Amino acid sequence: MTEDAPRHVRPYGDTTGDGMIQLSFTLPVAPGPHAEAAAAAFAAKMGLDPAMVVHAKGVGERFTFFVVYGRSPVILDLDEVKVVEREFPLLTAKEINLKIRSRLKRRMVVVGATVGTDAHTVGLDAILNVKGFAGEKGLESYRELRVVNLGAQVDARDLVERAVSERADALLVSQVVTQRDAHLQHVREVADALTTGWPARQRRPKLLVGGPRFDPASAAALGADRVFAKGTTPREVASYLVHELPAGGPARRSR
Amino acid sequence: MTARAPLLHLDQRTVRKARKLAERAAAPVVELARTHTTTSVERAVLRLAGLTGADAEGIPWVNRLVDAVAADVGLEHGVALPVFDALASGEHADLATLAQKAAAGGAQFRLPAGVGHQRARRLAQRAVGAGIGRIDRARKDRDVMLRRLGDPPKPWIYLIVATGDIYEDIPQAQAAARAGADIIAVIRSTGQSLLDYVPEGATREGFAGTYATQENFRLMRAALDEVSRELGRYVRLTNDASGLCMPEIATLAGLERLDMMLNDCMYGIIFRDINPRRTFIDQRFSRQIHARAGIVINTGEDNYLTTADAVDAAHTVVVSQLLNERFGLEAGLQDWQLGLGHAFEINPALPEQFRLELAQAQLVRELFPHAPLKYMPPTKHMTGNVFFGYLLDAFFNLAGVLTNQEIILVGMMTEGIVTPFLSDRDLALENVRYVRDACAGLAEDFVPARGGFIAQRAAQVLAESVELLERIADEGLFTAIADGTFGITKRPADGGRGLDGVVVRADGYYNPAGALLEQAGPVGRPA
Ligand code: B12
Repeated sequence: MTEDAPRHVRPYGDTTGDGMIQLSFTLPVAPGPHAEAAAAAFAAKMGLDPAMVVHAKGVGERFTFFVVYGRSPVILDLDEVKVVEREFPLLTAKEINLKIRSRLKRRMVVVGATVGTDAHTVGLDAILNVKGFAGEKGLESYRELRVVNLGAQVDARDLVERAVSERADALLVSQVVTQRDAHLQHVREVADALTTGWPARQRRPKLLVGGPRFDPASAAALGADRVFAKGTTPREVASYLVHELPAGGPARRSR
Repeated sequence: MTARAPLLHLDQRTVRKARKLAERAAAPVVELARTHTTTSVERAVLRLAGLTGADAEGIPWVNRLVDAVAADVGLEHGVALPVFDALASGEHADLATLAQKAAAGGAQFRLPAGVGHQRARRLAQRAVGAGIGRIDRARKDRDVMLRRLGDPPKPWIYLIVATGDIYEDIPQAQAAARAGADIIAVIRSTGQSLLDYVPEGATREGFAGTYATQENFRLMRAALDEVSRELGRYVRLTNDASGLCMPEIATLAGLERLDMMLNDCMYGIIFRDINPRRTFIDQRFSRQIHARAGIVINTGEDNYLTTADAVDAAHTVVVSQLLNERFGLEAGLQDWQLGLGHAFEINPALPEQFRLELAQAQLVRELFPHAPLKYMPPTKHMTGNVFFGYLLDAFFNLAGVLTNQEIILVGMMTEGIVTPFLSDRDLALENVRYVRDACAGLAEDFVPARGGFIAQRAAQVLAESVELLERIADEGLFTAIADGTFGITKRPADGGRGLDGVVVRADGYYNPAGALLEQAGPVGRPA
């Protein structure tokens, strides 16, 4: 933020401080003057003043779609705005490989899957496959990482079982379908399977969750260690993985 | 649609060569399908024979009965002979009672010989013939409705409705039809393609889609009949046949008068990890049923472009279309039933993206002049910027109009975000209507320059297709699929789900439905 950037802001329509915003929504109200008045009332209750219903169109007989322009009274204090800042430094591939070798004294094992009934693999592959994403090579290209990519539609228990047999250091779980909160449900299943299925004496692997519609702040609520949202790159994930390595910690695991 | 004069001046020898190669590549796979059966094919036979319903756990009786037969005598002779032999004994009132007893271990199966064999065969033929008769009647009903109500002009506007709850879907589908949709697609809940049984009854709990069940089919078709009468045009219904139960879902679609079905030769393999052999065997039977039912199939080549690049992999789409065409014709489908799929998926950031799209769309149009092509909107490059998405969808609609695509799937500006809101569909239809009306007849003025960019690009994609087909014809389709040729996804012939349901047919294999369908039914162009 530059020196003279204001701390308190309002939305910008075409003049500083005008507070103008646009929104669109549908009400289950038959089209007509009553529907338009309802839309204006709804927007007013959202705080818009004035609230201009600039477009109203019936969708079938029971619904009306609206576009509303209006002025929001909200003044935002930017100092109150919180973001999930990257809590770890972004390293180069070389630094990442070096850290794994010196701290773990063996290759780090990551097991990835899209769990539940979700069949989307492009996001997971973007992180794992050599081809990578946004010009960065995927985790498979790191010499000190051993990647097991189980693909999609993997049952949570099967994933954990495989992770046990591979002695995984991290589980990478992808979820794309979010209708009826399917993604949250599926991640919780993995967290539960880890709790019940992971050998007590073995160090529990990190649970990384990714997908375009996750709230980055929701890790704890999901029983995960970290959530990666839209636009994540492989290097970010690799950097996180080494950041989470215990400094000079145990090189070998029990068992 | 009457084919327009070709514009691209494709080398017809190359086109013929491509078809020959596709035939060669398909031949061993067809042979595999002719010599094998699957649990789902056998369950479809029982469905045709009239067996419905499920046990207390929701497992259909057809599954229970096929499992019981498999345990006693195996499936290599088909399920019909042992089942109708048991029925002929007179100890079981009907198929449903037999299935219940069999599930409880109270029925024994054997392979009948001699007179018993003849008797079982006759009974099976009669029962299954009645089921096929119901499919024929459904087809006639459609023809009558089409004549009475009128068939909407092409391009048909195809819209997806699938909230997960059939009772939410119905009013949304009716609203969509009133707003101009010609085809309503109810897509399935995630996970259904991996279920090795078809759920029963009306359902309200799907994820990102609604379960395909016979009752859901019936409810939606009835609702669309109602709205068709109101609108004075026949509104078509479509669903997905792919998955582990392809033959059964195809059968239910025929019985309940669905009009189109997503039925691709490789979608289940590549995007659901269903075993390749299982898929091809199931697919042949399901397409025989579709052929009989007068159902138009939709193939899924558009999907390859979500995992592969639409420019680099353009030829894999054409190759797959040629294979789908070959498999379809072999199973008895006619050209008017081959809704081959393709898509507008080239990265909009690429210079001349629209010209490249036109080249591909026109190429497909000319390669398959009699097929009701299904053109899919952009999905992969749709982002959270719904405004740009709306613009891109308009360009897609324009490409569809210019190149005479016949089934236009309506693009949603929220494609990159969520399954669409009610209003998204309405806005999307407004987009289609505007482009279709504003550009009516513009196709007539679309004459790509001879030897120009579009013609050259089309010729190049065709040449690459022939090259790939040569490789596939030599190395085999299973090898190509295992190598990741389609959708850059590798699927080995022995991998994936459902291989345990594949059975080699024995010499005396008998499938009354297969026998009736091979004789080619009353196929023809709809009135
Ligand atoms: C490609 C695609 C498909 C392909 C998938 C092919 C494949 N092998 O993956 C096919 C055609 C098969 C498909 C099918 C379906 N799809 Co789809 N599909 C898409 C599409 C077009 C693009 C998704 C994509 O590839 N994005 C690109 C990748 C790189 O982005 P990403 O996934 O966000 O991944 C990044 C980050 O999120 C993160 N990340 C992701 N995972 C992970 C994991 C870890 C560990 C980490 C660290 C990071 C990470 O890193 C990645 C790189 O930055 C979207 C629409 C869109 N434009 O987004 C719809 C979309 C995702 N699909 C959708 C739906 C509903 C389906 C179906 C369920 C439809 C149906 N009922 O049949 C079926 C799936 C059935 C099933 N069982 O899942 C919906 C989901 C809606 C929702 N929010 O619930 C979308 C949004 C379309 C829509 N608007 O309806 N689909």
